[in-house]
Amino acid sequence: MREPTTNVKIQLKRTPNVRSDGTDSGDYGLLRLLREGIFGHGGWRPAWHKAQPRAHYRVLVIGGGGQGLATAHALATLHGITDVAVLEKGPIGLGNVGRNTTIIRSNYFHPDNVRFYEHSLQLWEQLERTLNFNVMVSQRGTLNLFHTEAQRDLFTRRANGMRLQDVDAVPLDRKEVKSLVPLVDLDHGRFPVLGGFLQPRGGTVRHDAVAWGYARAASRAGVDIVEHCEVRRIVTAGGRVTGVETTQGFIGADIVCLAVAGHSSTLASTVGLQLPIESHVLQAFVTEAIKPVLDVVLTYGAGHFYISQSDKGGLVFGGHIDGYNTYGQRGTLPMAEEVAAAGLTLLPGLGRVRVLRQWGGVMDMSMDGSPLISRTPIEGLYLNGGWCYGGFKAIPAGGVATAHLIATGEPHAIARHMDLDRFADGRLIDERGAGPYPWAH
Amino acid sequence: MNAAQARIPGPTEMLRIQCPHCGCRDETEFRYRGDASISRPLADAGEAAFVHYVYHRNNPKGWHVEWWLHVSGCRAVLRVVRHTVTHEIHSVTLPQEPVDIPWEAR
Ligand SMILES: Cc1cc2nc3c(=O)[nH]c(=O)nc-3n(C[C@H](O)[C@H](O)[C@H](O)COP(=O)(O)OP(=O)(O)OC[C@H]3O[C@@H](n4cnc5c(N)ncnc54)[C@H](O)[C@@H]3O)c2cc1C
Ligand SMILES: [Zn+2]
Repeated sequence: MREPTTNVKIQLKRTPNVRSDGTDSGDYGLLRLLREGIFGHGGWRPAWHKAQPRAHYRVLVIGGGGQGLATAHALATLHGITDVAVLEKGPIGLGNVGRNTTIIRSNYFHPDNVRFYEHSLQLWEQLERTLNFNVMVSQRGTLNLFHTEAQRDLFTRRANGMRLQDVDAVPLDRKEVKSLVPLVDLDHGRFPVLGGFLQPRGGTVRHDAVAWGYARAASRAGVDIVEHCEVRRIVTAGGRVTGVETTQGFIGADIVCLAVAGHSSTLASTVGLQLPIESHVLQAFVTEAIKPVLDVVLTYGAGHFYISQSDKGGLVFGGHIDGYNTYGQRGTLPMAEEVAAAGLTLLPGLGRVRVLRQWGGVMDMSMDGSPLISRTPIEGLYLNGGWCYGGFKAIPAGGVATAHLIATGEPHAIARHMDLDRFADGRLIDERGAGPYPWAH
Repeated sequence: MNAAQARIPGPTEMLRIQCPHCGCRDETEFRYRGDASISRPLADAGEAAFVHYVYHRNNPKGWHVEWWLHVSGCRAVLRVVRHTVTHEIHSVTLPQEPVDIPWEAR
């Protein structure tokens, strides 16, 4: 809770922009900007209420990343369940939700995945209205290049599958690729570009704003957002969840939902559960800001490389996971070199652009490369995880589907296939066809 | 700096694996082959045991026993005990040798 300092009292008198719980009115309009500018920006208040945990909740969501916040938001706004807290070990937004390369798309291969991610894309298209927050959804298009005829066949099949579900996919020939992205080297000796597939509705979203927007909307809908509260252990009695042990003491709950991305296994292990998940690091990179050179999301087909240009002008890019189990939130140089090599093969003109920053995030890589929205063998314990490196685009749909499962006890129609039982049943959703090797997905 | 700290790679440093045949080599010469603490059940162990073997992992935050294939070297499969936070490598042994795990992980 905010301490009522004299400063705040003065602010309260001068501007009506503080709500009774100490949060900002959320008026981010021009007049407010001007007024704050004149008065030295002293009037801005937190966007969401910094709650202290109560002794018991109907639902506890562990992890204040995109998935956890979207789940809590959907519980409150779609199902009227507001006796909910999100417990986050750090500040909101420093997990993978604030570390990813912000790409959204629904160009998947498996019909179930197309349906789920397309639903998510449609929710993105309305998200700013849903949250009343500018998350800067930019449908600039995602362009996947292919470099061999076999790859063209595979992409064509994928695009046709998408079109059967009314999802947009447009084949481009070499000339069209060049006119869309003049920087591309079409005629690389070993990996010439034969063409590409464009999903015009794909694009990017301002990732931090997604975390903030969901936190604010969930908080306003009655959810407690508890930061700096790390869950140490899930507590059960007679095979049922009763709460969690945290750095701020025991918090009771009827239902606990894990949404901790790369830390799913460590928390599940506190109740003796083994998950079909391994933790791996994925790196991303951003260059210094340059003039606009790239107005689509571009992916390379002869290696793992994807790139887009942020609104600030930096080129944001990434590649594959480093490839061995790790909880170290950092990547090492061999993968950085591989990513740079792929990037320069495709876009040699970027050779002199300097990389500003590099970082890593701990991914919850599942055994078939697809996510999990599922009950667990422990009653009252639910899992939202296994997002691999695709869980950002899935935030709106992931939240809706997880909340549906918690509130109704039944899986949401778009996420029926995402249960834990699929491994025993042999219903794998292996987009890459890589087998049960998480580092290969 | 004590001996244990000396083995912890720096933040951007790659892994260096002490192959019993070839000596200390860069991570890029190896291919990762995953968790080495699991073993294949007997053929009649039943479906649940096989599901567990194929799909479920401990995924520890701490010491991890794992296979690395020295693909650009002697081509031997090596059992490496590595810490998944610091990336410190405690031991590298051949599959037929007993596994050497740090005392705190036993
Ligand atoms: C470099 C990189 C690039 C990526 N690029 C893309 C992309 O372009 N498109 C895309 O769709 N996806 C991408 N992803 C994947 C995507 O970011 C993740 O799949 C997604 O963010 C995971 O869901 P989340 O937002 O809930 O995770 P997180 O934001 O990681 O949330 C989990 C939260 O749980 C908290 N937590 C962990 N343990 C505990 C505990 N014990 N108690 C309390 N809290 C705890 C963490 O602090 C964290 O805040 C990328 C990921 C990375 C790292
Ligand atoms: Zn060797």
